Amino acid sequence: MAANPAYDPALDAPAEKQPLATRLMYLVRKQPLGAAGAFIVLIMVLSAIFAPVLSPYDPTANDFAAMAEAPSGAHWLGTDQFGRDLLTRIVFGARTALVVGFASALVGGIIGLVLGVASAYFGGRFDLLFQRVMDVFMAFPLIIMALAVVSIFGTGVQNVIIAITIPFIPRCARVVRSSALALREIPYIDAARACGYSHTRIILRHMVPNVMAPFLIMITAFVGQAILLEASLSYLGLGVQEPTPAWGLMLQGGAEEYAESAPWIAIFPGLAITLAVFGFNLFGDAVRDVLDPKLRSQ
Amino acid sequence: MYQYVLKRLLLLFPTLLGAAVLVFFLMRLIPGDVCELRMAGTGAYFDKEALKICQDELGLNRPILVQFWEFIRGYATFNFGDSMYTGRPIVEEIVLRFQLSLQVAIMATITAILIAIPLGTISAIKQNTWIDYGVRAFSIAGIAMPSFWLGILIILGLLITTKSWFGAAWMPPIQYRPLWEDPVYNLTMLIWPAVATGYRYSAVATRMTRSAMLEVLREDYVRTARAKGLLEKIIIRRHALKNSLLPVVTVIGIEFAFLMGGLVVTEQVFNLNGLGKLFVESVTNFDYNMTQALVMLVVAVFVLTNFVVDVLYGWLDPRIHYR
Repeated sequence: MAANPAYDPALDAPAEKQPLATRLMYLVRKQPLGAAGAFIVLIMVLSAIFAPVLSPYDPTANDFAAMAEAPSGAHWLGTDQFGRDLLTRIVFGARTALVVGFASALVGGIIGLVLGVASAYFGGRFDLLFQRVMDVFMAFPLIIMALAVVSIFGTGVQNVIIAITIPFIPRCARVVRSSALALREIPYIDAARACGYSHTRIILRHMVPNVMAPFLIMITAFVGQAILLEASLSYLGLGVQEPTPAWGLMLQGGAEEYAESAPWIAIFPGLAITLAVFGFNLFGDAVRDVLDPKLRSQ
Repeated sequence: MYQYVLKRLLLLFPTLLGAAVLVFFLMRLIPGDVCELRMAGTGAYFDKEALKICQDELGLNRPILVQFWEFIRGYATFNFGDSMYTGRPIVEEIVLRFQLSLQVAIMATITAILIAIPLGTISAIKQNTWIDYGVRAFSIAGIAMPSFWLGILIILGLLITTKSWFGAAWMPPIQYRPLWEDPVYNLTMLIWPAVATGYRYSAVATRMTRSAMLEVLREDYVRTARAKGLLEKIIIRRHALKNSLLPVVTVIGIEFAFLMGGLVVTEQVFNLNGLGKLFVESVTNFDYNMTQALVMLVVAVFVLTNFVVDVLYGWLDPRIHYR
């Protein structure tokens, strides 16, 4: 240990004794990319919460006197083809992205978690059948699933969330199941069974907490993917509908038509999507490095 | 080994059947059908009788289980039916577009490999330096960037550069011509969507190359190679890279199976008439037969690619045995 130059003996002390700033600095040094990701995520969350305070404009108000204006002092990132302020729409769009991202990642992740652990716990025929069902969902093209769900329920934020949640379930279930399989053989599960606890209790109280590491890794990855999927669906006209500000939607209408005369309409919303997903991915990678000891050395 | 291959191939059938059930009922849950779309889609007055005749003709009024049985029976006898929207045979419609999508997919794969393997290797060798951080940021950006936005940026870049260099804005052609008929035309058309899809694709492969390389560099045989004084270049190329490519092959294979979904959006941006576009159109047109055929095709390709990757893996790495 002493040979390791990055080793800091202060870290062996109980974590809460150190001032927050020191711990933060340590994280920044150890995981520079992860810290950058966390920073982006933080900015995004803050701007989503304080969107109305941050911007003097209404995200849905058309201003035909200022159509497709170039970035200026009044409109920092310019305006779109309806004269709406792009920065305002991007800031409000963060709300849509975060709501969809977190809701579908959490719902899909939790359902997948419970199903995956249950599948590993019960094993046998149930597991086999469950695996085949998951195979089908995995092989089913994600975008077509989303397309079908949106066509059935109609467009709108809730339905986009449903559409994105469904394909997440098997992906999470599969990963969680493989960690839970190893868990099933550990004596404390036998002990819990010998105590006569119900299946529900063993699954929820004894197994689920022990697969939290892969679960959290999946969830952070899902948020970024969900934001990207929402953008793709909205871009295809199947997601969030006008006039709700959403990044993918902003790229759909004028972006291609005005590509030459007003490139900012196409550039900034895409940049927002990229930056947001980038942030979540960096953050997710750091979470994985911290939570998964096998990968930590890399 | 043969038993394993057989078992895997047999698993194709339950998966296909499951996908068939899923797509069949999912499509029929969508309110409306192709006849209503054709007649009422314009908002004009239409005859209820005509609607019924149209539905009878396409067999949409039969009990749902009978329709499902017909669908499965048709596939079991390789009779895929006609498109409900255009009335032309499904196979004909798909073959028409398959060429284009397959070419984009292959070109995207080549782009991805050309980016991923050198970058991933350098990143691993220079671990935790700024080069490594740069490559990692570049590859995460590839995952983060929506491919349709990259497509828009490419079009935008082409417009602006051609305008400033040649005075006239140039856009990639839209009409498809096969590679062997007009290679220059074909490549100038398809290289852009291939790059837009390939960059994203490369991101996953770069990360995989990096982590596999890091793992291999820790192996005993690499230490042995270093101890006997081999040049680092040779160690990397002959000992490490060769062995670290195994998981990369897997990732490239699996991602290839997922390419189909990515193509849906890319084809939209570049206005390509490929399978992805056909897919979206078939769902919005209530063309049940076409959607079913495309889903079955994609699922079959997905399962088979996974299978080929697994077999390839065992073949490339003799330590792995399948039972």
